[in-house]
Amino acid sequence: MSDVTPWSEVLELVRPATVETIYMVLMSTLVGVVGGLPLGVWLHMTSPVGLTPKPLLHRVLGAIVDVTRSIPFVVLLVVVGSLTRLLMGQAFGSSAAIVPLAIAAVPFFARLTSNALREVDSAIVEAAVTTGASKFRIVWTVLLSEARAALVGAVGVTMLALIGYAAMAGAIAGGGLGATAILDGYNAYDDRVLYVSVVLLGVLAWGMQLLTDWVTKLVDRRRAVTNV
Amino acid sequence: MITVENLTKTFTQSNTSVAALDDVSLEVPDGSVCGVVGTSGAGKSTLARCIALLEKPDTGAIRVDGTDLVSLEGSKLRAARRRIGVVPQGDSLLRQRTAAGNVALPLESAKVPAAQRRSRVAELLDLVGLSDKASVYPDHLSGGQRQRVAVARALAAKPSVLLADEPTSALDPATTDSVLTVLERARSELGVTVLVVTHDMAVVRRIADDVAVLEQGRVVEHGKVLDLVSEPGSRIGSTLLPETDQASVLRPDSGQQHDVVAEVVLVGFAAVGALLPEASSRFGVELSILGGGLTRLGDTPVAKFRVGLSGERSESALKWMIERDAHVRRAPVSVDGVAA
Repeated sequence: MSDVTPWSEVLELVRPATVETIYMVLMSTLVGVVGGLPLGVWLHMTSPVGLTPKPLLHRVLGAIVDVTRSIPFVVLLVVVGSLTRLLMGQAFGSSAAIVPLAIAAVPFFARLTSNALREVDSAIVEAAVTTGASKFRIVWTVLLSEARAALVGAVGVTMLALIGYAAMAGAIAGGGLGATAILDGYNAYDDRVLYVSVVLLGVLAWGMQLLTDWVTKLVDRRRAVTNV
Repeated sequence: MITVENLTKTFTQSNTSVAALDDVSLEVPDGSVCGVVGTSGAGKSTLARCIALLEKPDTGAIRVDGTDLVSLEGSKLRAARRRIGVVPQGDSLLRQRTAAGNVALPLESAKVPAAQRRSRVAELLDLVGLSDKASVYPDHLSGGQRQRVAVARALAAKPSVLLADEPTSALDPATTDSVLTVLERARSELGVTVLVVTHDMAVVRRIADDVAVLEQGRVVEHGKVLDLVSEPGSRIGSTLLPETDQASVLRPDSGQQHDVVAEVVLVGFAAVGALLPEASSRFGVELSILGGGLTRLGDTPVAKFRVGLSGERSESALKWMIERDAHVRRAPVSVDGVAA
């Protein structure tokens, strides 16, 4: 390397890449929450401690969720390639990457949701049952409402995981800071682009976590421990 | 009115079955307070959970105003649940909702319009003395306040029966008092029939008209508190009334000789205040109190004394007291008989 890339060019490379990463992460998180929340509720409701225990169904649902979650993302990316082409018309670029990302996000968020709901005190749920509340109302006003802090936290954890996945997807299918780091940085022997991309990924993750913490604090009405 | 008829419930765990409830029957008349007491493991919680319709008994019926609720399901079960307000054991408030929001929950379940809901919530918070805490979240309320919110919530949908499961456990005596006052008000101001399941005798002492004693899943005593206390051998009587066999006043060397020694239970203001001195002066007997004391059950003063009578007309004095509704049990004069 004789010349380093001037800052202005680096900026031109990473700016659209950052936007693409944010776009991929937010869209797949959205799909993950929309799909994973009901799946997680279902998983919890059918569990032995749920309101409508159905052991067999629960085991089947759990197996689907956990098997999907255990597929390494790189493999998932390749495996769902044809599905991506079917849905998005192409298998490359940041929009196409949303398909495998969302497929990874749904079971991930479902498991986190089911764990969060399990932590709601059964005394609170039973109290609601004795008021004559319907199951739907109990899910909505008791389970989801009481677990709101944990659920917001789960959205944050999902987003952070997806930043990592999105970088991987980008490296293979193109798009986002991951692609910039590998293709324009590492492969092009451009350390400046490489490290700027990496730092930006870190800043992005950190920012999303801060945002999550802030929203959690905003929605949680429990008394916080103030003296540890 | 709530009636529990021949309730049985058996739990099977690793090949051994335990009868948590063994043919339990109870009847709580309209507008009265019944305490169900017993040690832990006696079946109190199971009974409470069955009456709260959270668990189905194996056999038996739970009737509120005549209708059996045990076999109901679906929307009928949900509607039936609104007839029994439940104050569950332990912390049961939604921590992400204000006091008012918690009280509103049963009204939302019953699809009461928002305007009516607000006024009903205000009424109830006023009843439990927490109007100023309407917008406070449970984590910022004291244990007693949280329990009073739970009572308000249980009363929100205008149930005819209020079931409280250990409402005073983990509360200090003063706080217990505030919760019992609220239960008492629910009965006197709303005419609700109250069933309190508790291990805490203070609850029975303070607010119960009736009491049922559970032991190993069976009701071993059931009746009006004031009737039971004067029954010889009643567990409730011996628990609620003062001890009469303090050793200090019964030392054999105390030199006291009595013609008759008896245990006397006196119920009511007039009896407690005047019966003993009057008997003494009317029959010219010397009457000394060897043990026991005075207590209060609800609003009624009740006394249990061990008395020694000396004088020719001691027997007549005792007879006269029995005629005036004192409950007298003769005790052997010797110290050996003290524990009998």
